Amino acid sequence: MSRAISLTSRGEVEVYQFSWPVSIGVPLLALFVQVFVSKWLGFIRIFDFPLLVTIFFAVARRRPTPGLMTGAVIGTLQDIFAGTYIGLNGIAKTMVGFLASSLGVRIDVDVPGSRFIMTFVFSLVHRVLYIVINRGLVAANEPWNWGHTLVSAVANALMSVILFAGLDRLKQRP
Amino acid sequence: MENFFTRYKNPLVLMLVLFVQVVYLATQIPVPSRNNAPGGGRLIRKWAVTAVTPFEKALVGTSHFFRHGWSDYIDLHNVRKQNHELEAELARVKLEQARLETAADQNRRLQALLDFKEHYIGQTVAAQVIQSSGSEQSRVVIIDKGSRAGLAPDMAVITPGGIVGKVREVYPLSSQVLLVNDRESGAGIILQNSRLQGILRGTAYGELRVSDIMSDEKVEVGEPIITSGGDRIYPKGLPVGTVASVGPDPEGGPFLNIGIKPAANLDRLEEVLVVTKIAESQVATADNAPSHRAVDVLAQRLPSIPKTQEPVPGNKTAPQKTTEGQPAAAPGNKPMATKPVPVGNQKKVVPAATPQGAATPAGTPDPSQPSKPKVDPAGGEKPPR
Repeated sequence: MSRAISLTSRGEVEVYQFSWPVSIGVPLLALFVQVFVSKWLGFIRIFDFPLLVTIFFAVARRRPTPGLMTGAVIGTLQDIFAGTYIGLNGIAKTMVGFLASSLGVRIDVDVPGSRFIMTFVFSLVHRVLYIVINRGLVAANEPWNWGHTLVSAVANALMSVILFAGLDRLKQRP
Repeated sequence: MENFFTRYKNPLVLMLVLFVQVVYLATQIPVPSRNNAPGGGRLIRKWAVTAVTPFEKALVGTSHFFRHGWSDYIDLHNVRKQNHELEAELARVKLEQARLETAADQNRRLQALLDFKEHYIGQTVAAQVIQSSGSEQSRVVIIDKGSRAGLAPDMAVITPGGIVGKVREVYPLSSQVLLVNDRESGAGIILQNSRLQGILRGTAYGELRVSDIMSDEKVEVGEPIITSGGDRIYPKGLPVGTVASVGPDPEGGPFLNIGIKPAANLDRLEEVLVVTKIAESQVATADNAPSHRAVDVLAQRLPSIPKTQEPVPGNKTAPQKTTEGQPAAAPGNKPMATKPVPVGNQKKVVPAATPQGAATPAGTPDPSQPSKPKVDPAGGEKPPR
């Protein structure tokens, strides 16, 4: 299991790769925490760990196609366990994965400050996409609560600084 | 052409993935004739949930093992002292029990006089909550009992505290439960004191609301709420919660906006009961009794000498009278409108067949009943989103 996912290296920015166990295990762990641990610790619902993992892998790999595929798989699995329509989180996280990896190609997002801002913005983008999809495709009366959305985005941004620092240890250079 | 695909590989892949997901999402949107949202994608959800259920069960079992192992074997300080205290407590409880049994016997006798159909919980299956949605957009939980335990969709899920929700989807080893505070939930309820009926609905923020009671009705904060049984899902008389707030309709409508504090702790569910069978208990002679004539009702109400009732052969119970001298609601006196109205055909509220309602003499308007027509208390699921 030592074979790593092959990624194209670029000269300007550091491109990382991850081993198969990490590529599969970390998203599953994030889903586990989101849907299972939140049963006991309700405050966890303010975070979106699958979204954070999507952003982390997309930015670290710096390739749009793996980034969007990661988001699609994680989002779809999240939908399956959340009991919502399958595709709501899938589509939103696909877009976020694509955008995050495209951003990672252009700018350095490996410092805490940029990670905070990046995650904050992507949390808002994800929420907007989710609501647009839910209203536009499912015709659901999805409410928009600015206060809660901002609090959630800040919480996710703070968590990303901590989480990404831990996940950095799992990175491998090609 | 090859350059085109190479150059625009990433956007093309993005569009392809999005297209597939949008199409799959579209297949799940229920058409108006199928009220099973979100029923599409059931197979993939079934596979996924069935695959992870054994692991989750094992994890929950392990955590219980350690938790109980600690409490049952290690944390045994002061057990002897507690034992003495409990023995003393037991003696007190036994005396109290004897007193309560006397009261319960009296209560049973009075209950037997009430002529109404009483729904009660016939059979339940205990289940453990093993997973939540982990999302604030949907309020569902997964329990560790499925079709193999006899569960089926639309069964009520309760706790001793109050109602929790209903089974939405059933898998072999687990089931998905839609909580009452989900915005797709609904339940028929009665305000216990005022006897007003309404429909309990969840909101997008996980709150409970009743929004179909006329604004000129008096509803007090703290008033208990019970299930009406009209939705054919929740057995009648189960605690739902209490009135937490009463305000005007935010949309300016003629209804009150009533906030409900749930009786069950919906945020920290662990063990629940699934009502697999609602038995319908009926007083033995209620349906077989001859219909009551209007002239008899009037004769009972008019000031006259009460008619002595011939004792029924084999029935040793003497005819009982109320304090006003009127015959009590005997099994033959069937209160009006206690027959269940099919869900979906109800246009107005049918007075609830409750002890209070049934105790009212037949034909006497119950002052506690609302005078205005209410909406259908069936309280089934909302129309698909």
